[in-house]
Amino acid sequence: MSRVEQRLTSRDALEQAIRTAASRRDPKKRTISTCGGTGCLACEATDVITAFRDELEKQGLTAEVEFRSTGCHGFCEKGPIVVVDPEETCYLQVTPKDVPEIVSQTIRAGKVIDRLLYVDPLTGAKSVRESDIPFYKNQKRIVFGPNRKIDPQRIEDYLAIGGYRALAKALFDLSPDEIVAEVKASKLRGRGGAGFPTGVKWEFTQKAPGDTKYLVVNCDEGDPGAYMDRSLMEGNPHSVIEGVLIGAVAVGSHEGYVYVRQEYPLAVKNLGIAIEQAEELGLLGKDILGSGFEFHLKVHRGAGAFVCGEETALLMSLEGRPGEPRPRPPYPAVRGLWGKPTNINNVETWANVPLIINEGSAAFASIGTETSKGTKIFSLVGKIANTGLVEVPMGIPLRDVIFKIGGGIPGGRKFKAMQTGGPSGGCLPEALLDLPVGFDELTKVGSMMGSGGMIVMDDATCMVDVARYFVDFLTEESCGKCVPCREGLRQMHRILTRITQGKGRQDDLAALEQLSETAVEASLCALGKTAPNPFLSTLRYFRDEYEAHINEKRCPALSCKALISYYIDPARCRACMICLKKCPTQAIDGGKKRIHVIDQAKCTNCGTCLEVCPAKFDAVRKLSGVPVPPPPPDDQRTIAGKANEP
Amino acid sequence: MSDVTLQIDGKQVAAPAGATVLDAASAAGIVIPTLCHHERLAPFGGCRLCVVELESRGQHRLVASCAHPVEPDLVVRTRSDKIDRIRKSLVELLLAHAPDSTRLKELAREYGADRDRFEPAEGFCVHCGLCVRYCAEIKKLHAVGFIDRGIRKEISFLPEIASRECAGCKECFPLCPTSYLQAAYVLVEALAFPPPPSTR
Ligand SMILES: Cc1cc2nc3c(=O)[nH]c(=O)nc-3n(C[C@H](O)[C@H](O)[C@H](O)COP(=O)(O)O)c2cc1C
Ligand code: SF4
Ligand code: SF4
Ligand code: SF4
Ligand code: FES
Ligand code: FES
Repeated sequence: MSRVEQRLTSRDALEQAIRTAASRRDPKKRTISTCGGTGCLACEATDVITAFRDELEKQGLTAEVEFRSTGCHGFCEKGPIVVVDPEETCYLQVTPKDVPEIVSQTIRAGKVIDRLLYVDPLTGAKSVRESDIPFYKNQKRIVFGPNRKIDPQRIEDYLAIGGYRALAKALFDLSPDEIVAEVKASKLRGRGGAGFPTGVKWEFTQKAPGDTKYLVVNCDEGDPGAYMDRSLMEGNPHSVIEGVLIGAVAVGSHEGYVYVRQEYPLAVKNLGIAIEQAEELGLLGKDILGSGFEFHLKVHRGAGAFVCGEETALLMSLEGRPGEPRPRPPYPAVRGLWGKPTNINNVETWANVPLIINEGSAAFASIGTETSKGTKIFSLVGKIANTGLVEVPMGIPLRDVIFKIGGGIPGGRKFKAMQTGGPSGGCLPEALLDLPVGFDELTKVGSMMGSGGMIVMDDATCMVDVARYFVDFLTEESCGKCVPCREGLRQMHRILTRITQGKGRQDDLAALEQLSETAVEASLCALGKTAPNPFLSTLRYFRDEYEAHINEKRCPALSCKALISYYIDPARCRACMICLKKCPTQAIDGGKKRIHVIDQAKCTNCGTCLEVCPAKFDAVRKLSGVPVPPPPPDDQRTIAGKANEP
Repeated sequence: MSDVTLQIDGKQVAAPAGATVLDAASAAGIVIPTLCHHERLAPFGGCRLCVVELESRGQHRLVASCAHPVEPDLVVRTRSDKIDRIRKSLVELLLAHAPDSTRLKELAREYGADRDRFEPAEGFCVHCGLCVRYCAEIKKLHAVGFIDRGIRKEISFLPEIASRECAGCKECFPLCPTSYLQAAYVLVEALAFPPPPSTR
């Protein structure tokens, strides 16, 4: 496709460019969209993309067929993903070897290749169209959906779907006050963690005295396992840039920074290309669209600590100082980057803005609950059949996310808890699964929206150990500046570790509660203020597990290594000798036709025997909180009949 | 600058705009415990001992008084069961590092803190940052700084600067609430500074 190269000096020129770009997209034309996001690139997507280009060339189809390498489609676990339009045929886990067949069968002959389709793990039913796959069917992808429609390295693709129209509206139809009012009316709340009303925040910056004002995009995304901001930035950088430009018009800013995590090279690359192309077209820089408005956007690569995502720490880091939070007030809106009023928003927040301006605040506010509007992208991971990025309307019950979109718990296990909100979120039990997703709804039950992590846990998960794990992470990530966080978390981690090791004391829960109160109430920044959530929520909903660990030295989930023993059930052992051979510490005594016995003194609880014991014998057990039964007397250890068979 | 009127522990107090709640309280003779605060240094907000309860629009929250600016009609409480409980925990956490610090022992008496509440933590330094900030902000020398980050952060003298400047200054020594600063200096001195010619 030839590039739009001319600078767009007016709104008409933009409309013309949009029409041209759109007209080049014949909706009936065969189009192949292959995901080239980081997740898919990790599994050969580069080779798939090259294979398509070569194959289309070879079969002489380059003119007839549109090929597009896009950003993340969300179902990364099943990548590389290929979608063929207009039929919307969706192929998963495509390898370069499948490419010639896709081109000759699907593209040329219009046939569907069965083996590349999605198969429902429960029913075995196959889905042809992307929108029929349960993972996608129950989502509402207004922010993330366009990823599939565009090549992020081609600004024409963004223009073809009406890109930068919202900017034109902001520049030519609306006054700054009207933009702020519109964003306020949409009730959009920040997607970066705290859920602060975006329009209200813009107004603070707009009203703050001073001529120089800065805008900042927070793309630090330090939550382990979360990657929605990366995927938006990689897959649709122009939507973020357009959002920022609208914000710039509203608050009167002429300079902005995108703070991108160091570990996101593709996001940095695609953003860089997008900025360059937007500058070429006069959508960034001086005299944007001939309006006289000027705005420059720069990219800053962040050093990577979790706490650098906190806004005041991020600004410190942008200024080249150590990334430590500082007390607020003054808020960045009043005194931010280099002492100037600064408005900082999350990537996803910014990407929502063009949508609001295009569709109107009322349309946006029609989605969601009373206090949480629009959609939210979550990173759904853990013990769940379908993992990936999911965009759902606010207000959707957690149950639907887990079972309709996520496909439930694999391995025949049961759901136990869901952690929302990232490392300092809370763990919610089964009884709360009908809770509608929303900022206040989640906070009320001791969790939070955070930036959108969702970790599903099954019944083999020990909730005390979960709390220990997250508090450990947060202790390591504490910037060390204030005492309740640095020292309090360190002590909380010690106590939790002790409990999981069976050395818990009667006064431990009181001490943990006291340290939690201290951190929540007295910490300087939200890291410390929210860090006790994993403990507090597990105590609230799974108190019995704490009590079992402390009082009975028992781990009900049979997970804490120090509290379990492996035991061979003499009635089930068929002396196959597999475990005996595999045990790394030779802790198993046995022999042909002899019931096997684990020597508890030698056993290191590695669990190998349980893993290798054939399912048909299923003789190895985990025990916790009860004494290991003594082995059968020697004369009763011989197995009558044929060994090795049940 | 114009004065702001607020209420602290039931008393009407006037303070210049831009002052902190701690400044306003001190001026009115109300004592709030502090550890990392120093009049001549920029607010830091690290130790959190100076937390006070703010009431605004029916909501209560705790803030560090040494860093929180006064606002008109603010209602402040400098003591309550909750505040005392939190100060007690903070002192206990600090005592895990420096059980023999005179200042901490004093605070422990006031708030009933138990020096053995938590397992001892490594290192006497309580990261109040007074030495580092004093040297940077007042002396503009940066002879002592923090190295590493987070829970592994430590103070460290920079031998090139310290060997030149510290012997004649030592102004930060009395600021340290623990004995760590001096110990660290003595160690660095022994290891890294050549003895001055006069003592040879
Ligand atoms: C420890 C910590 C880490 C944070 N990390 C991020 C982050 O990675 N990305 C982000 O957008 N916001 C993060 N935040 C929230 C920011 O401080 C800030 O609230 C947000 O960028 C504001 O944007 P929003 O209003 O659009 O949500 C973090 C906050 C804390 C306390
Ligand atoms: S709460 Fe933790 S991360 Fe935040 S300033 Fe205090 S020590 Fe640093
Ligand atoms: S693997 Fe199972 S059945 Fe075989 S010897 Fe071990 S415990 Fe017995
Ligand atoms: S050495 Fe002393 S003054 Fe310096 S930071 Fe540590 S406790 Fe504070
Ligand atoms: S990276 Fe390809 S679907 Fe997410
Ligand atoms: S004196 Fe206020 S935080 Fe230390």
